[in-house]
Amino acid sequence: MNKLILIVIVSFFSTLAFAQAEPQMADVMRSNGKIYDVVAVCLTILVGLFLYVFIIDRKISKIEKNK
Amino acid sequence: MNKIWWKILSFILLVYTIVCGFLLEVPRLDILNETIRNLYFHVCMWFGMMILFIISFIYSVKYLRGFNYRNDIFARHFAAVGCLFGILGYLTGIIWVKVTWVTDQGQSLGSVLKEPKLIGAAIALLIYGAYFVLRGSFTDIDKRARISAVYNIFAFAMLFPSIWIIPRLVGSLHPGAPGSDSGNPALDKNDMDSTMRMVFYPAVIGWTLLGVWIATLKIRLSIISEKNIFEIKKMN
Repeated sequence: MNKLILIVIVSFFSTLAFAQAEPQMADVMRSNGKIYDVVAVCLTILVGLFLYVFIIDRKISKIEKNK
Repeated sequence: MNKIWWKILSFILLVYTIVCGFLLEVPRLDILNETIRNLYFHVCMWFGMMILFIISFIYSVKYLRGFNYRNDIFARHFAAVGCLFGILGYLTGIIWVKVTWVTDQGQSLGSVLKEPKLIGAAIALLIYGAYFVLRGSFTDIDKRARISAVYNIFAFAMLFPSIWIIPRLVGSLHPGAPGSDSGNPALDKNDMDSTMRMVFYPAVIGWTLLGVWIATLKIRLSIISEKNIFEIKKMN
């Protein structure tokens, strides 16, 4: 876990360090934090999908018990 | 099948995929730029498809060994979810093609359409499509299960040449083809950055487990709805 946090931190610094280097990456999006919006949107969709599948799973389990 | 730990594992791995997949550093490459992150989604669809088809193949073989109708249901639904993953892989590929091969590499639409991996994947998916057509055309359950199990083995055998072997022989825009400097892009340790590997493999496992979960839901549903068949079989 510590290693992971370290990698995230290091990756942010390295983004700053190579901001002028080619080829172009979405560094602006990273520096102003808009990338977190993208992550939040995707996570919301993922959580929604899993909830849905989970509810279907429970319903099927209920039917299986009743038979 | 009803255990919950691997479902939670799938969820955790996919959350990890999205968080680290978007936030971790990736190699800075021309043309690909940030779209290299599609590796965690597009490529995982194909890996998931392969694993689901392998499971389906195993259940078809198992069916032919003992003629247990349960194994036929398993084979059928794993193949169905595998096809779903394949179609998703295709659709995500279309989006990726647009910004890398067509816009940045200046490939014409003609050369993209001639791309052997696209044709191969289309052939493989159509062969699996025919599997479902074949299933639907039988009224006799035993005959349907038996012939479609044999066909499923054939379809699986066709999968390898059409999506792995031929594109690597004749040259392809995908990595791993002759002319490109990579060997096996997904498995060779020289071809993928170690940070990407740290996200890619968990992503493959997470997406595959999600596919398996959906397949098991469909299997359980069809076991419930075809309960009568099992009861008749028991009486015989």
